[in-house]
Amino acid sequence: MKAHTLSVLVENKAGVLSRVTGLFSRRGFNIESLAVGPCEEQDMSRITIVVIGDDAQIEQVMKQLNKLIDVIKVSDLTDNERVERELVMFKVTADQGSTRAEIMQIATIFRAQIVDVGAKSVVLQVVGDTDKINAMEKLLRQFGIKELIRTGRIAILRGTKTVTSSK
Amino acid sequence: MKTGAKLLIEALQREGTDTIFGYPGGSVLPIYDELYDSPLRHILVRHEQAAAHAADGYARASGRVGVCLATSGPGACNLVTGIATAYMDSVPLVAITGQVPTTMLGNDAFQESDIQGITMPITKHNYLVKDTSDIPRVVQEAFYIAGTGRQGPVLIDLPKDVNTRSVKEPVVPEKVSLRGYNPTYKGNKRQIDRAIALITAAERPLIYAGGGVISSNAAPELVTFATSLGIPITTTLMGIGCIPCDHPLNLGMLGMHGTEYANFAVTECDLLIAIGARFDDRVTGKIDTFAPHANVIHIDIDPAEIGKNKRVDVPIVGDVKSVLTDMIDGLKKKNVCDAWQKKIQHWKQHHPLRFGEKNGCLHPQFILQQMNELLKGDAVIVSEVGQNQMWTAQYFCFRKPRTWITSGGLGTMGYGLPAAIGAHFARPDVPVFDVAGDGSIQMNIQEMGTVAQYKIPVKIAILNNMYLGMVRQWQELFYDRRYAYTELPPVEFVKIGQAYGIDGIKVESCDEVMPALKAAVDCDGPFVLDFRIEREENVFPMVPAGAAINEMIGGHPRS
Repeated sequence: MKAHTLSVLVENKAGVLSRVTGLFSRRGFNIESLAVGPCEEQDMSRITIVVIGDDAQIEQVMKQLNKLIDVIKVSDLTDNERVERELVMFKVTADQGSTRAEIMQIATIFRAQIVDVGAKSVVLQVVGDTDKINAMEKLLRQFGIKELIRTGRIAILRGTKTVTSSK
Repeated sequence: MKTGAKLLIEALQREGTDTIFGYPGGSVLPIYDELYDSPLRHILVRHEQAAAHAADGYARASGRVGVCLATSGPGACNLVTGIATAYMDSVPLVAITGQVPTTMLGNDAFQESDIQGITMPITKHNYLVKDTSDIPRVVQEAFYIAGTGRQGPVLIDLPKDVNTRSVKEPVVPEKVSLRGYNPTYKGNKRQIDRAIALITAAERPLIYAGGGVISSNAAPELVTFATSLGIPITTTLMGIGCIPCDHPLNLGMLGMHGTEYANFAVTECDLLIAIGARFDDRVTGKIDTFAPHANVIHIDIDPAEIGKNKRVDVPIVGDVKSVLTDMIDGLKKKNVCDAWQKKIQHWKQHHPLRFGEKNGCLHPQFILQQMNELLKGDAVIVSEVGQNQMWTAQYFCFRKPRTWITSGGLGTMGYGLPAAIGAHFARPDVPVFDVAGDGSIQMNIQEMGTVAQYKIPVKIAILNNMYLGMVRQWQELFYDRRYAYTELPPVEFVKIGQAYGIDGIKVESCDEVMPALKAAVDCDGPFVLDFRIEREENVFPMVPAGAAINEMIGGHPRS
C-alpha cells in the first residue's frame, strides 16, 4: 500500500467531479487529497488525486476512471520525476510580542508568507510538499492553530514530458 | 424552427428506433404530444419499471438499443431498478426522462428528482440537457455510447422547457467523436500469439464463455474455435445460448447452480479461457480455489474486468468476435486432448442433472423438459429470478443466442413479464414465454394489463409453489428450516388473468402439462399457466456461499 498521485484530464462539464468522486466512494477507494481546476485547454479540467492502495487497487482505480466518458486521460505520476506541491494556510494564535517574533522566524525558515495579521492571530501561507507542510504544522502547534486549510496536492512532471490528451 | 420534442423524435428515428416503452406524465407532455403523430410505436406499460425492463428485453432479444421514456420525479425514479438491471448485464438502453423546467431545477419543484445524480452509478453515461439545440447531438451520442464497446444504459434527462422551446434546426454531426471514449475492438497481436501458444500446449483446456459472447454476436466464431480444437465450453448464466445445449462440447452452466461436470472441469483444467465473462462470485464461489491449476486467458472488451477478481496470465482486450476470428486464423496445430475429453465424458455420464424422487408430484424440471419438447428451442424464454430462473437455465435446451433472457447480475425479481413484452416486439416471429415463480410474477403482475391491451402473445408460465422458493431453499439448508416470511398464500393466477381478459389454465398433475402448454402456444394472444408444483423442490446441485465450486451439495457421490 502506498500513495499514488494520479493526474486526470477531464471534460470541463457540469457533474464531472461528482462522477469522479462518486466512483471512488462506491468502489471503496480512498482519496487522500484532491485538487481540481482549469488547465491549458479551455474545455478541459485537470484533477490531481492522491489515492492510497496496492498495485492491483491502483490499476483498478485507473481502469475505472478511464471508463468514464468525460475522463480524457489518466496518468499515474508516482514513479516519475515530478514536482508536487500543496498550498496551506494556518491561522495561528499570536497575541504577545514574543510569540509573534517566533512565528515570524519559523515563517522565514519555511519560506512561508504572513498574509494577514490580526490583534490575536496571524495567517501564514506556505507552499511545499507534504513533508515540509507536516513539519511546519508540528512547529506551529505549540502556539495554537485556530484553523488550517490545504488546497490538496497538485503535481507536474519534470522535463518536457506532459500529461495531455493524446489528440 | 423546431421544438425540442420534435428534435427528439426525429433524432430517435434517425437512430432506427421503432418502439418506445413508456408512461406519460406532466413534464413529458410535450414529448407525448409529438409522439402522437409520429410513426414510432409507443407501448404504454403500467409501471415505469416495466418500461425499462421491456426496453431491456427488446434490446437483448434483438441486439439493438432499447428505448424507454418516463416523466420526471417518481417516473424517473421508477426506472432506476430497470436501468441498474441493464447496467449489470451490459444491455444497450437509452432511457429518456422528463425533468422540471430549467428555471425550477434545484428548487425541489413538484415531481423533481435529480435523476442524473441518482443514476450516475448505474449508467454508462448520462445527460441533463439544458439547451434545446443539443438534443440531436446528445441523442446520437447516447445511442453510440449505449451500443458500442461494453454496452450499457445511457440516460437523457430533458427539462420541460427544453422540449417546448423552438430553435433553428441544429446540424447533426455525421459521426460521433468523443475524445474520452475509444473502445478497443482489435485484440493485441502479441497477446493473441501468447494465447495461441498456451492453448496449443494445454492438456486440459476449458472455455468459460459469458454474456460478452452473446452481445458481441460471436456465437458462431466461438463454436468454430472450440470445435476445431476440441475444447469443452462451460457457459455462465448470461452466456447460455452461445453454444447449442446438446452440442457434445457443451458442459452447461458453471458456478453456484452449475452442472457437476462443468465445475469439476473448472477445478481440474490446466488452461481456462474466459471469453466475455467477469469472474462473478456466483460463478467462482471461493475465488482462491477457482481453477486452481490453470493458466488463465481472459478476453474482454472492458479492460477493467481483466484482473479485477482473478489473476490473469494472458489479458486480451478487444471485441470477442474480432479476437476469436484472429485466433481462429492464427491456429496452426490442432489440439484435441483425447484423455481430457474422455474424462469429461465420464463425468457427464456419471454426474448428470437429476431431479424428483417423489412420484405423483409436479416437478418444475419436468415442466421445462416438456416445454423443451414442444418448442424445440424455437422460442424466446424469459425468466424471473430465483428457482424458476435456475431450473430454466439448467433444464431448458437453448440452441441459439438471444433466446434466453434473464436478469443475471442484479437478479431483479419482476423482470420477466415486462422483459417478455419487450422481447415479443423484437421477435414477433416466435413464441415468447415468461417462466415465473409466484413470488416474482407478483412484483410486476400489473403488466398483465399491458399484455392484454396490446394482445401481446406472451405465455406466462408460473411455477407456483406458494413460497419465495429460493430464499426458502436457503432457509431449509442453512437456517434450520425456519421459513421466516417466505410462505405466500395461494393465488388463483388464472382468475387474475381473466380479470385482465387473458385466458389461462391451472395445472396440477404431470399429464396435464403438455396439453396445457399446447393450448398456450395455440392461443393467439397471451396465456397464463398456473403450475402447482412440488412445494419444497430445491435447485441442485448447489455450491454453498463461500465454498469451492467443486464442493456441491445435492450432487452424485464422486466416483
